[in-house]
Amino acid sequence: MDRVRTADRTARLALTACAVLVALVIAAILLFVGSEGLRLFADVSPLEFFFSPVWNPPLDRFGALPFMVGSVVVTGIALLISAPLGLAGAIFMAKIAPDWMRTVLRQASNLFVGIPSVVYGYIGMTLLVPWVREHLGGQGFGVLVAGLVLAIMVMPTILGMSEDALQAVDPAIEEGSLALGATRWQTIWDVTLPAARPRILAAIILAFARAFGETTAVQMVIGNSPVLVRSLTTGTSTLTSQIIMEMGQTPPGSPWNRALFMMAFGLLAVSLLMILLVRWVSNRGVAR
Amino acid sequence: MTRQQIADRVATAVLWGAGILILLILAGFLLPILIEGLPVIDWQFLTTRSSSFRAGGGVGAQLFNTLYITGLSLLFSFPIGVGAGIYMAEYAKPGRMTDLIRLSVEALASVPSIVLGLFGMIIFVNYMGWGFTILGGSLSLALLNLPVLVRNTEEAIRGVPQSYREGSLGLGATHWQTVSRVVLPSALPGILTGLTLVAGRALGETAVLIYTAGVTVSRHFPNPDVMIAGETLAVRIWSVTSEGLVPDADRIAMGSSALLILLVLLVNFLIALPLWRYRRRMQ
Repeated sequence: MDRVRTADRTARLALTACAVLVALVIAAILLFVGSEGLRLFADVSPLEFFFSPVWNPPLDRFGALPFMVGSVVVTGIALLISAPLGLAGAIFMAKIAPDWMRTVLRQASNLFVGIPSVVYGYIGMTLLVPWVREHLGGQGFGVLVAGLVLAIMVMPTILGMSEDALQAVDPAIEEGSLALGATRWQTIWDVTLPAARPRILAAIILAFARAFGETTAVQMVIGNSPVLVRSLTTGTSTLTSQIIMEMGQTPPGSPWNRALFMMAFGLLAVSLLMILLVRWVSNRGVAR
Repeated sequence: MTRQQIADRVATAVLWGAGILILLILAGFLLPILIEGLPVIDWQFLTTRSSSFRAGGGVGAQLFNTLYITGLSLLFSFPIGVGAGIYMAEYAKPGRMTDLIRLSVEALASVPSIVLGLFGMIIFVNYMGWGFTILGGSLSLALLNLPVLVRNTEEAIRGVPQSYREGSLGLGATHWQTVSRVVLPSALPGILTGLTLVAGRALGETAVLIYTAGVTVSRHFPNPDVMIAGETLAVRIWSVTSEGLVPDADRIAMGSSALLILLVLLVNFLIALPLWRYRRRMQ
């Protein structure tokens, strides 16, 4: 009996240690990436880093504005495409599609998730970039193709989570609407969607976070020139793509190296903000 | 027909259109890879070493590294992730501490993979002084797996009916005996589904590995040394297209892409099959 009790106590201790360890990882990441990045401001003023459009490391110019703008624009385009499409697909799956079509779409969505991001980037580079260059002009590389590729990558997140949200709506209130003579579409629009809104919003925020942090796929199609966005189809760069391009060439501890770490810390801050936003949106939904 | 009925018809048509468009987009991405990539895959492609500037190289070493790094990363993350998941579902009491741990797990899940890569680089490449290694890459990749495993395990365990626990505890079993002999076996299918999810993501990951495991491979292969750099298939696709000097970069990238997708499907299948039999036996 004593051995059993010792095992019980040891297990509890070990499991608690696992949980604490996982919690410590994020603290360590914040600490190490943050301290590496924030030391940039010993050499470069925050004003220059956040607001100057000039990125020229050999001349000690570290304006990260082009990359911040690039990241925001690319993510914005991605959501403009993926949110309506993903939501429409989710309504279709939850309320309209026959069973066989729902199964097909669910498998398709799993396949989307299974395709590695580097493969998305590669297809974007070999198919979309030449197509855009031919039909829309410019270099082809740029925020348009990057946004398109990201849209397709984050669409399953919106599709899956929104479908769950729509399925979770109490059927009684939908039946009430139908019984009052509303059409199926009126019911979806006036009853189901408003009821599912907090969780749909949470899905879109998580998609934003994923798109904002995606690296390889974006780097392969963005064109990688460290200048402000000029048009949809000319090269620019994002926070993630700039880090992956230049990290290998910078000596540790140099201002250039620290500027890249500061950009990573910015990414980290945005993703944490998104998590807090998701929590806030979901809690508000519960409260109402 | 009233206006409302027309609106209903139009909306139905548009939504069908959205569903079909989603399938077409998937086909548009998958078909080119499979049509151009599958013919590239032959025995020679799978087993020869890559060349950095001559055509005709294979991806043998990269294939080995992909499986090796994914396997190691799961070895590191699975026990800890599942352990933390069990804690959250079975032991954690509502309160500040539990909230903080849950927030940390959510936060870790949202960290962009490039940031995990840089963190791994600070710790393993620079601080420990290992340089680019398979071990450092696997450990960094383990951080990416962790939150998914925790959340998935927690959900799987919460899905086990309360009556199972009460039955076991009522017979005089300790908490741990109940968890290990009653709760975990019923939650196993859910936990293993999480494992496929994580393995699929790890197989295709690039941003975590480029600055931790590097973009070069050993001269011998297969080489089980964990303290050498090890480029994976996914990283190979990136390196060969963005800075490669090989004339047949497209052939290698297409072949590797198709191979990666096959690998992900295979892992799903390999875990789904025994799972299906296990579920049948449990019933």
